[in-house]
Amino acid sequence: MDKAIKILKKPLTMTLIAVFFGFIVAGIILAAAGYPPVHSLSVLFDGVFSSPKHISNVIIKSTPIILTGIGVAFAFKTGLFNIGAEGQFIMGCVASTVVGILFDFPPVIQIPLVVLAGVAAGALYGGIAGFLKAKFGIHEVLTSIMLNWIALYFSNYICTLNRFHKPDTIGTYPINRSGYTMILGNYKTTEAGKAALAQNEFLRSTVLKTDVNVGIIIAVILAVFIWFLLYKTAKGFELRAVGFNKSAAEFSGIYVNKNILHSMLISGAICGLAASLYITGNSPHGIATLAAFENTGFNGLSVCLIAASSPIGCIFAGLLFGGLIYGGQSLQYEVGAPSEIINIVIGVIVFFVALTRIIPPLVDRFSKGGKKHA
Amino acid sequence: MMRKGIVLGLTAAMVLSLTACGGGKTETTKAQEETSGGKSSFSVAMITDTGGINDQSFNQSAWEGLTELKNKTGAEVNYIESKQASDFVTNLERLGDSGANLLWGVGYACADAVLEAAGSNPDIQYAIIDNAYENTPSNVTGVMFRAQEPSFLVGYVAGRTTQTGKVGFVGGISSGLIDQFQYGFEAGVKYAAKELGKDIDISVQYAESFSDAAKGKAIAARMYSDGCDVIYHAAGGTGTGVIEAAKEADKWVIGVDRDQAYLAPENVLTSALKLVGKAVQEVSEEAMNGKEIGGQTLTFGLQEDCVGIPEEHGNMAEGVYEDTLKVKDKIKNGELTPPTTKEEYEAFIAK
Repeated sequence: MDKAIKILKKPLTMTLIAVFFGFIVAGIILAAAGYPPVHSLSVLFDGVFSSPKHISNVIIKSTPIILTGIGVAFAFKTGLFNIGAEGQFIMGCVASTVVGILFDFPPVIQIPLVVLAGVAAGALYGGIAGFLKAKFGIHEVLTSIMLNWIALYFSNYICTLNRFHKPDTIGTYPINRSGYTMILGNYKTTEAGKAALAQNEFLRSTVLKTDVNVGIIIAVILAVFIWFLLYKTAKGFELRAVGFNKSAAEFSGIYVNKNILHSMLISGAICGLAASLYITGNSPHGIATLAAFENTGFNGLSVCLIAASSPIGCIFAGLLFGGLIYGGQSLQYEVGAPSEIINIVIGVIVFFVALTRIIPPLVDRFSKGGKKHA
Repeated sequence: MMRKGIVLGLTAAMVLSLTACGGGKTETTKAQEETSGGKSSFSVAMITDTGGINDQSFNQSAWEGLTELKNKTGAEVNYIESKQASDFVTNLERLGDSGANLLWGVGYACADAVLEAAGSNPDIQYAIIDNAYENTPSNVTGVMFRAQEPSFLVGYVAGRTTQTGKVGFVGGISSGLIDQFQYGFEAGVKYAAKELGKDIDISVQYAESFSDAAKGKAIAARMYSDGCDVIYHAAGGTGTGVIEAAKEADKWVIGVDRDQAYLAPENVLTSALKLVGKAVQEVSEEAMNGKEIGGQTLTFGLQEDCVGIPEEHGNMAEGVYEDTLKVKDKIKNGELTPPTTKEEYEAFIAK
């Protein structure tokens, strides 16, 4: 019994239970909307797992939200709610695109340059919210929501500039090819490369037909690094101490404001990294005029929530989220469910994960109640 | 307490972000009915641009065309919505995998994606709305509309209708495509002015967005207060703001792409129709009947009945509609050629 309770209280088990219940409720909603639930959900899973190409696409789709998830989680550990991840992501995209179009160095210089530009832009943008919080105590949620809109319109402004705007499109030129980070990116556009890759079915569907890129590897390395930074270094201890209890941290000699600024800088930098890897690794390799937020940053918030702010957990939560988004599309074309239903399904699952926090008290009550009557 | 607050905040943010995904769509269309009846070996599918399937514009129109095709011929039809530009290629690949014979990219935003997908799937036929490639691959068909023709017609109507001698044009993002609308319209206005023997001013402004209704409204409100009494827009979602401004100022506005009279029955003078769905249906049907459609750009205009103005003309003054139909015939039989670019326009008014 005790063992069962212990297992039940583990965050991982709780999350898995939540995901499971999320799918059940999602099935009920699908049924209520008139779509066969079991078939629909199996289509959803098929849409993710039925071919190596789908898995490859899910990974590609997940990479940016894993990274923004890690960014949000990092700030969260310092007690900051970085809802500005979206804006930092957009600014990262803008900076990477601008630098990637303006310069054309060999890949060894170009790729780091483009990536650094994105990281720096994200960091600075996150830093603004951090600075305002540290210096003037303005809540980071307010400032970063506003900054998100500024980023959106700034991005749209860049799209209109003659130097960047690709005629007869709604977006910019792609960045110069030397900045691409797809695996075998240049090779697969050549005839020889196409022929060679087409021979192997697995390579054909995973590499030739998708934008498979190095982003996921970097995301995993970064997740481990952030975990290390947070839990194994003095700096990480300071950051977390500020998150646990500001007054106590200050009392024990930690500069609270400095750590708030640092936390937002790093969180923004991670979102900027997500952006630059997205620009370098995914077609169209540029920015387009945005009608609304594309939600890469906001989805990072959900990922962070599912992962209970664990950087490593963000990898799996991001893959789950990416899988739902990508697999959800097959619901649209195989079952005929409108995309709104898919959003509801995703929402329900995330909602249930958010509810996991009520499981430990429930388990406690259940076990205590059991003992009383024993 | 603090943590709880943050969790609440997170949840709220999530809800916000999720509703944001579905923003702007109210109807739910059933994507496809059961494919049981009338199994057909031919399958046509389309990807939307980021506007989504219920955009009240060309995505919706294209899908209506495919639905029509299904009802008429029993072809299998399907779509996927694209949420962002990086989805285009993925979605095309996806539909290609599901066995589609003909794949549509709706809107010039998909142009590069269609080219890329066509390159890696030489055995699938592709078609794209509103884009003409310089070198069209043999498995790609460009579908263009002579939008200058209906724009000329509505320009003529505007010229005949204006009392103040001032009309306006609100464009989305300047491009070769929107130029067709702008210069076609301007030429139509000038044609009417010549006929009436008076001068008509045309103010032109771009919103640099196809989705910013607030900006469209601001631009239009400004134009109306500057004395314009008819405005034509070719600005997608931005244009709904233009129509809104017309309602508030109680002035005339001319719709675009579909008959937009339902948005403001009292103020929409007429609309420049561009029947994307009809073209989609016709081209798909040709491909279905085994006709070789690839490697070229097809254009549709008055001749093909794929553009025009709605028959409903209750808001027009007496005789204007009839005269417009005469102009239409002149365009049809080649007497009049509405301009599509600045150079052609200048040549046109110099005449």
